Amino acid sequence: MKRAVTTFALAAAVALAATAASAQTLNSVKSRGMVNCGANGTLGGFGLPDAQGNWTGLDVDFCRALAAAIFNDAGKVKFVALTAKDRFTALQSGDVDVLARNTTWTSSRDTSLGLNFTGVNYYDGQGFMVRKALKVNSALELNDAAVCVQQGTTTELNLADYFRANKMKLKTVTFATADEAIKAYDSGRCDAFTTDASGLYAERLRLAKSDDHIVLPEIISKEPLGPSVRHGDDQWFDIVKWTHYAMLTAEELGVTKTNVDEQMKSANPDVKRLLGTEGNYGEQLGLTKDWGYRIVKLVGNYGEVFEKNVGQGSPLKIARGVNALWTKGGLQYAPPIR
Amino acid sequence: MSIAQDSGPPKVSLLYDPKVRSIAYQVILCAIIVFLAYSAVRNAAENLARAKIASGFGFWNQTAGFDISQTLIAYSAQAGTYGRAFWVGLLNTLLVAAIGIVLATIVGFLVGIARLSKNFLLAKLSAGYVEIIRNVPLLLQLLFWYNAVLKALPDLRDSWTLPGSIFLNNRGFFAPYPIFSSGAEFVAGAFVAGVIGAIAYARWAKKKQDATGEQSPVGLVALGLIIGLPLIAFFAAGMPATLEFPEKGRFNIRGGLEILPEFVALLIGLVFYTGAFIAEVVRAGIMAVSRGQTEAAGAVGLRTGPTLKLVVIPQAMRVIIPPLTNQYLNLTKNSSLAVFVGYPDLVQIFTGTVLNQTGQAVEVVMITMAVYLSISLITSMAMNWYNARIALVER
Repeated sequence: MKRAVTTFALAAAVALAATAASAQTLNSVKSRGMVNCGANGTLGGFGLPDAQGNWTGLDVDFCRALAAAIFNDAGKVKFVALTAKDRFTALQSGDVDVLARNTTWTSSRDTSLGLNFTGVNYYDGQGFMVRKALKVNSALELNDAAVCVQQGTTTELNLADYFRANKMKLKTVTFATADEAIKAYDSGRCDAFTTDASGLYAERLRLAKSDDHIVLPEIISKEPLGPSVRHGDDQWFDIVKWTHYAMLTAEELGVTKTNVDEQMKSANPDVKRLLGTEGNYGEQLGLTKDWGYRIVKLVGNYGEVFEKNVGQGSPLKIARGVNALWTKGGLQYAPPIR
Repeated sequence: MSIAQDSGPPKVSLLYDPKVRSIAYQVILCAIIVFLAYSAVRNAAENLARAKIASGFGFWNQTAGFDISQTLIAYSAQAGTYGRAFWVGLLNTLLVAAIGIVLATIVGFLVGIARLSKNFLLAKLSAGYVEIIRNVPLLLQLLFWYNAVLKALPDLRDSWTLPGSIFLNNRGFFAPYPIFSSGAEFVAGAFVAGVIGAIAYARWAKKKQDATGEQSPVGLVALGLIIGLPLIAFFAAGMPATLEFPEKGRFNIRGGLEILPEFVALLIGLVFYTGAFIAEVVRAGIMAVSRGQTEAAGAVGLRTGPTLKLVVIPQAMRVIIPPLTNQYLNLTKNSSLAVFVGYPDLVQIFTGTVLNQTGQAVEVVMITMAVYLSISLITSMAMNWYNARIALVER
């Protein structure tokens, strides 16, 4: 009943909240002394609290970077664990200031949900995981298979589309959370489990015998995952957007958590603008001059955060792939700070 | 005509007339409520428009695009609309609620009576069941049942197979299912006729018993009418049905009748949980019947069974019905926990997937609330009607 109550309460809040989104988010964040960040809560590598309540993940670090830019303290974030189906309502109703929860940017979400996506902090695509014992080598061999999936995701739609497009029969078993879906898959209820490829690697680690399962090669969709904010507050939109760009720019310029203090003396004008030793780009956002310095110093650049949470420094060991910088053949590209 | 007949009570100023006043107060209260509701709706609409969140019911006819595991009516991801998905979910909710109510009533009555039994073991076992089940949250029980059901069942590849293409495995229970062709309407007609005939016979038998004291074999005759008549019609119409057999594919079993483990787990959970509460309701109802009634029945020579059936339970029913209605409503509403065991009920499909795909939280939640409200009101109306029928008629 709790889940239902949350949904009802959130819906009521959307309907009745007198303080709909206006250009006030930064002020209310500042007066609260805390960024409220909607995060996943069950997905290793993206958003997951440990037993002590310490959150880790790519999306989590993004929210920390935001707090660092605003408060000069990466700890001033309150993480709110959201399910896939409650996440948009939570953002719409003002429960969270920013939604960083491996959420796919789609046209309908951007236009009809009252949201603005601020960028892509992880380029992903949907894949399938099956038992090795099935001897399936391709998703195209999954005709007639039962597939476990989490509710309220683009995944559900892609799955139906893919099977339809390839003239295959499908049996979907839908669960409220990824947790229940992966448990059902593990107990043999389904032949395959589907979610974004990054999620498959994360979920596989939680299975009883993770080596008995493989991720199939097909990627059946584009899933650009990124943070989003409410419509109608352009200042806040800019802050969230440029926090991501600052992290990318730092990586591109070779500014890291360890060398950032040294880099303050750099003569490179790009580095100077990022770290605030030249220009007032932070102030233009409504923050302080040194917002870029704060982000890198307290959280790190994009590459560092990537490696720590999902890359070689993490149990997931995901290759950079399309998430490499544009200078290294990837898709991550930040507009210039100037 | 010109003389007014003023024989009533003396005229009071309208301002002080208690009747006028009470009506005025109610009108004012209604006006305030209407105004509040109106401004809430307007406020919501304004907020939604300002935040550029889509609103309205245009989503109803859009293609849904997602698959549903159990559908009682035709539905497919490519052709189904959100509206269709709503009906699929609603029917799934009604199905589990209806079967759940019947089974929970049976369990509740058996356990409630057993708890009052003089048999020590039976009474203690029932008491233990009631206490344990009532004190563990339903969600945990559902997850327990779901995992227990799945664990107990064999993997697809080593399904339990019975002759006649009946399979049982962790994907569900599969059996042949009749597909009716033309002529089947005679069978359905015969069934209806059989039911009507059985009711008429039972009435006649009761009248006869009241008049002469002779008992008639009501049960046997009813069985014959309800099953026999359609059977005769079935053969007379040239067997207008073919069986669809479930077939084993590479991954799954397809075709025929399919009962999902999600449905079974949800049903078991709801039945045992609500059954425990109904057992307590029944126990309280029976204990409310004065001991003298049982003794009097014993004095006229009735054995325990008939005493219970003819004397105690009819009187207990009057106490039982109102709280029983509550339990029925609880069961229906609790079925919304289905999403945790993957059963596609109204909440899972509509306030889950449809809400998330369309983002129209306000409309979807409003419709869902209206549906549960209607189900609850209809259930309690039916139960109130029944309650009024069996109420003690004082002479």
